[in-house]
Amino acid sequence: MTERTYEPKIVGFLCNWCSYAGADLAGSARLKYPPNLKIVRVPCSGRVSPELILRTFKEGADGVMMLGCHIGDCHYNTGNHRTARRMPVLKKLLEFTGIEPERFLAKWVAASEGGLFVETVQEFTEMLRGLPPLSSRFNAPANPEAS
Amino acid sequence: MMDAGRHPNITLLTYSEVEQVSGYVGKFVARVRKRARSVNEEKCTGCGSCEEKCPRRIVDEQGFNVGLGKRKVIYRPFAQAVPAIPVIDRENCLFFTKGKCKLCETACPTGAIDYEQEDETLELEVGNIIVATGYDPFDARRLTAYGYGRYPNVFTSMEIERMLSGSGPTDGKIVLRDGETVPQSVAVIHCVGSRDENFNEYCSKVCCMVSLKQAHLVHSKTGARMYECFMDMRTGGKAYEEFYKRLQSEGVTFINGRPGEIQPEGDKLVVSVEDRALGRLMRLPVDMVILSIGLEARHDAREVAKLFGISCDEHGWLKEKHPKLDPVATMTGGVFIAGCCQGPRDIPDSVAQGSAAAARVLTFIRQGEIEGVAATALVDEMMCVGCTQCVQTCPYTAIEMVDNRGRQVARVNEALCQGCGTCAGTCPSKAITLRHFTDQQLVAEMVGAMNVMWELEEAEVVA
Repeated sequence: MTERTYEPKIVGFLCNWCSYAGADLAGSARLKYPPNLKIVRVPCSGRVSPELILRTFKEGADGVMMLGCHIGDCHYNTGNHRTARRMPVLKKLLEFTGIEPERFLAKWVAASEGGLFVETVQEFTEMLRGLPPLSSRFNAPANPEAS
Repeated sequence: MMDAGRHPNITLLTYSEVEQVSGYVGKFVARVRKRARSVNEEKCTGCGSCEEKCPRRIVDEQGFNVGLGKRKVIYRPFAQAVPAIPVIDRENCLFFTKGKCKLCETACPTGAIDYEQEDETLELEVGNIIVATGYDPFDARRLTAYGYGRYPNVFTSMEIERMLSGSGPTDGKIVLRDGETVPQSVAVIHCVGSRDENFNEYCSKVCCMVSLKQAHLVHSKTGARMYECFMDMRTGGKAYEEFYKRLQSEGVTFINGRPGEIQPEGDKLVVSVEDRALGRLMRLPVDMVILSIGLEARHDAREVAKLFGISCDEHGWLKEKHPKLDPVATMTGGVFIAGCCQGPRDIPDSVAQGSAAAARVLTFIRQGEIEGVAATALVDEMMCVGCTQCVQTCPYTAIEMVDNRGRQVARVNEALCQGCGTCAGTCPSKAITLRHFTDQQLVAEMVGAMNVMWELEEAEVVA
């Protein structure tokens, strides 16, 4: 088990208008990004409730990305303003629950920024490789010495 | 303009301001403040006797003649203004400031002057809205190196435009600020306030052609020696490049460079410019300098945008639904934009966009019904606790609180909802779902994605 290199599992919630289109652009430009990311398309980053992100960690994701339009560029005018206000609170909550807050990434990627999307995924994956797998914590027996 | 004024189906509300807009496509209610002209519009025939008799003349820098010449205090902005009904400038009127005069009242043959008139508020029910609020010219005083406002013979292209007009303040004569000297040499400076990181980074698009036209007309009226200092000559458009070629053969000297500064020397203004083609610093002593000023978003564009539910880009230009595929529609259904409020453009482009916007509105009217967004939000009113968080978050004000058996609950107006789902993401009691993106669907998709990754990992372990 330990010999095998650890590959983080990442779920990304991408807004339909900017980031999903940006990921599409990365694809059509034949840019490569790590296969660790699986994308779920949402209409707006505002649609993603904090519960959904927590639930994703519960299902065993090592990292969750939430990408939306740049502030001011939102297809729905102000949908991502809500996201921007919600996400810092969620990070605090993650810290409280013992999940490193950096495992959750909220970032703005526009439809024209295929390159930025690829960079973001690469950096996030690299960063997660440096952290231990999150899912093993739930499965591993409690450390008797620590308790 | 005359045609629009006469058309039986068109009501012109000039000297009026939209103060509030509510509702949605097909059913907007606009509150319009119709400001008091102090002239009864029904009685006025537009004869102009009042203007003739008015004893006071003032300089109006914001007016049609951009501060050149004077206008009366009871005035029409320009001779062809529609409707041809004058307005009293109450700030400067002798009667309103000093309490006596009333010469216009005596002069009026129909008794239309009404000093008591007050602002009127109208509630208009409209189905669609076209915003065509135009632009503001760049204030050349901001670019101090060119000395506009300090050196009298530095003019803006707006001032030259008025001077070139046969019915303008100089009756079509091009003269220096003293009002009589005809310039012998004129320099035109392009890109004043445009393509300049200190002011506006964008290209204002129309000024190259405006400068060429003015160089042509000023040259033909005065015979002056013309210099054009440009960074890049942008003559995209039908027959524009040919016009540029024609000016080159007419003897206008084109200098590829942006002037650093203008200094007065005796009667002359010396323009210092590096000619990039020659690689040499030049000093042009001229009688007159024309600053080809750029276009800026209206100073109140952001308030206007907010009023109609449109967004603005970083420069304040109103944002279209799609820059290429839908340049006249906005994110708010039933609100369209046309002309320079969207970005700098010339007359043919503005006309085309105006016609396109009108055609889009006519399509709506002809159809009588609109296609909605299928993926709208839905409130489970039994679960809703009435916290109103969704009402606050909705970018379209599509959610309102309604009474359901004595309880206040949220309800989505499906005509307004665009399906962003911000309400569903916000709702603390999970009473709102977004059709096609329900919580169950998103969770199922996410679990599916996770399963794929788990299976891959297990397969690797086995291998």
